[in-house]
Amino acid sequence: MEDLNVIIAGAAGQGVETIGDLLIQTAAAQGYAVFSWKEYESRIRGGQNSYSIRISEAPRNAPVMEADVLLALNEGAIEKYGPLLKKEGTLLAEKKAKDRKMIAIPFAEIAQKVAGKKIYANTVALGALAAVLGIEQQRLNAVLSRVFAVKGKDIIQSNHLAAEKGYLKAVADCADMCSWKLPKRPGKHYLLTVNEAISLASVYAGCRFIAAYPMSPSTGIITFLAKHQEEFGVFAEQAEDEIAAINMAIGAGYAGVRAMTATSGGGFALMVEGVSLAGMTETPLVIVLAQRPGPATGLQTRTAQGDLLFAVNAGHGEFPKMVFAPSDPLDAFIKTVRAFNLADQYQIPVILMTDQFLSDAHFSMEEFDFGRIEPQFHMADSSHIKDYKRYALTEDGISPRLYPGCSSHLVGADSDEHDEKGHMTEDLPGMAVPMAKKRLAKMKYLKAEISMPEEVFLEEPDIIFVGWGSSRQGIVEAIRLLNKDGVNAGMIHFTELWPLPEYAFPSGKSYWTVENNSTGQLARLLRSEYGMDFKGTLSRYDGLPLTGDFIRRQFNAQNKSL
Amino acid sequence: MLKIKAYDNEVEIQWCPECPNFGILQAFKSALTQLHKAPHEVCFVSGIGQGAKLPHYLNCNFFNGLHGRAIPVALGIQAVNPKMTTIVVTGDGDCYGEGGNHFLHALRRNPDITVVVHNNEIYALTKGQASPTTPLGEKRTLQTGGVEIAPLNMPAIAILTGCTFVARGFAGDVEHLKDILVRAVKHRGFSYVDVVQPCITWGTHPLSWYKERIFKLGDDYDPSDRKAALEGVLERDDTIPIGVLYEGLSKNIFADGFREKITKAPLTELKPLGKAEIDHIISGFAFGGE
Repeated sequence: MEDLNVIIAGAAGQGVETIGDLLIQTAAAQGYAVFSWKEYESRIRGGQNSYSIRISEAPRNAPVMEADVLLALNEGAIEKYGPLLKKEGTLLAEKKAKDRKMIAIPFAEIAQKVAGKKIYANTVALGALAAVLGIEQQRLNAVLSRVFAVKGKDIIQSNHLAAEKGYLKAVADCADMCSWKLPKRPGKHYLLTVNEAISLASVYAGCRFIAAYPMSPSTGIITFLAKHQEEFGVFAEQAEDEIAAINMAIGAGYAGVRAMTATSGGGFALMVEGVSLAGMTETPLVIVLAQRPGPATGLQTRTAQGDLLFAVNAGHGEFPKMVFAPSDPLDAFIKTVRAFNLADQYQIPVILMTDQFLSDAHFSMEEFDFGRIEPQFHMADSSHIKDYKRYALTEDGISPRLYPGCSSHLVGADSDEHDEKGHMTEDLPGMAVPMAKKRLAKMKYLKAEISMPEEVFLEEPDIIFVGWGSSRQGIVEAIRLLNKDGVNAGMIHFTELWPLPEYAFPSGKSYWTVENNSTGQLARLLRSEYGMDFKGTLSRYDGLPLTGDFIRRQFNAQNKSL
Repeated sequence: MLKIKAYDNEVEIQWCPECPNFGILQAFKSALTQLHKAPHEVCFVSGIGQGAKLPHYLNCNFFNGLHGRAIPVALGIQAVNPKMTTIVVTGDGDCYGEGGNHFLHALRRNPDITVVVHNNEIYALTKGQASPTTPLGEKRTLQTGGVEIAPLNMPAIAILTGCTFVARGFAGDVEHLKDILVRAVKHRGFSYVDVVQPCITWGTHPLSWYKERIFKLGDDYDPSDRKAALEGVLERDDTIPIGVLYEGLSKNIFADGFREKITKAPLTELKPLGKAEIDHIISGFAFGGE
């Protein structure tokens, strides 16, 4: 089958998310790969939000804009998202729109009639949508039974009735309009968001402490860990602000456990002094920076890759750190474990960059095989130490790390420049310089640890798109689309961005960066580190993710004008 | 037998000679010795300021962090290791100014830590500017025409916000301060000690001025009477009462819920989940295939 894109649109509070979540579970239970992403306004009620679901047999984890089916929960949604509906697509809505081939089903009226409450309108709509897509009704019922199990029999019963009425009404109206069929197939898929993957990986990595201040789109991480606190044994604290959050996590790290915090750009700005503190006190720390468009409060619920240079340069003074930017949930899982291991081994802060698109999107994966990566702990053995010095000057810059209370050794940590025991020093040549050298000696090892970028070359490419983090799937799709246009393009994709590895870009190619920001931050970084020359930057900064089609159009337009 | 010398170290002390901070340092050493706390069982946490240098001058675990941020670091330590005696040493600028928000929320959280504020009513390390506790009208190096904004009354705020151990000590009376510190560390929950610590370099009044005004709360004072304690700290006469101003029964201590449900041991003792357990959790995210 060709893949199929469904958009569910409506006001906040109308159940867009509920319908979307239930539909992806139903389609996935039916054996299909689904990819979903959300775009929404920063409000609890009203506005217009959408939940896009791409359904395919094999995973196609990239966003597309055009829809085959649009479920509009109000008239404004038709106005806003109608233009995205393909010519041959099907509109499903509450009321009949003039001059439009569509299926009109009075969701609220039916809900009131069969279930006695208008709140079941979204279940009626979900039933109708399942019928339009040709999904068997019993599959939807099974999902409803499972999801509403905690709410009791009556609620399940009402949902079944509402879904059934919507389903039957749509089947009757569908006759000559809906050609889609999604029969049961044997596929099995793991369905995860990057926020879920990071949370699960942090548990696997042995993280015991998270402190964070709620900020979209990072909030999902602490929420997930707090919800499963008993199962995971992770202490989760909602801090009074991001400054407190990062300092709490540093305190926990100093006290001997793996600790993390998560935030978005504005919160990260508040944390930056703490990033420097982790660098100076050599306290391992993992920070998730889930980007959204700035400056300042920006577009709170939209996506962007606007904080790359900010993250790479975060923190006053000079100290080693690492910056990763995973591209999907499996990659995020592996990189999160890596981040904890490397933070521990080198006693540094590691920043994991995601964005709203990645945080909220559900990816399908046939396997969720994170390979052999496992937590590796690097605490020193106190019994081998006689006179303990927390900041002992060593060849490789790594001092044996103990935590307070693990033995009778005393552990000092200081944000001032300090001596080997952590006491303040003013001895410039004798101590300040060796101590700075010790910290920076780690850079060399970090450079050796960092992964090479991923090369995706279909054939010997003429054009190479260079991207980072979340745009990977969009770029891969763009390459496929451009191939049809006769353009032979390839991709070099970075998911580990600081320090940059010793990497030789193939010569004789035309290089373009692809970025979800307006100033070409990746191009600037690569230019300064590798002396790279770029033909141009394909940038998107309207708060929406980079799609294959967008990249293709931008490339064709810019390339033509050269 | 633990000797007070166990707390001595050889770090050069950077305070002005005869600074009352020496008295606070001595009181800490005596109190910890009396409490039979070995140095490795104690962790001092501080921010920035003259008072915040104190952890360097005694033999113990210490984390000297950022200006104003000692309390969040102490919360992280306390959450991980409830067995550690965690003490924050801070000043009026560090704790009430830069870190005021953390202090307020620590009062709400009620962690089992002790916060000791070296209150000299000015910024000393930055050379004599007004602090959040400088009296109205006092001329400072930056407020040359006199301070125009009212000082904070943190003991009153602490009592109002549910703090169950609020005390005031005097750096010039080491023995009395030691007794307060012993009680503060023993108190389970957030213990707050504001210490009158006259600055001999930038302060307005000499030590003798304070000595004339300070009086010890006697046996007839009932520290369990919250209302009377609040009235006491709101009163603004010429005297400075020292002692335990209020001590109540501490409830809902920070992280106790987690410890009741999950573990009472330090979190460092928990073993990470294995690959099999993680694979099992992840299998809950799989759909289809049946």
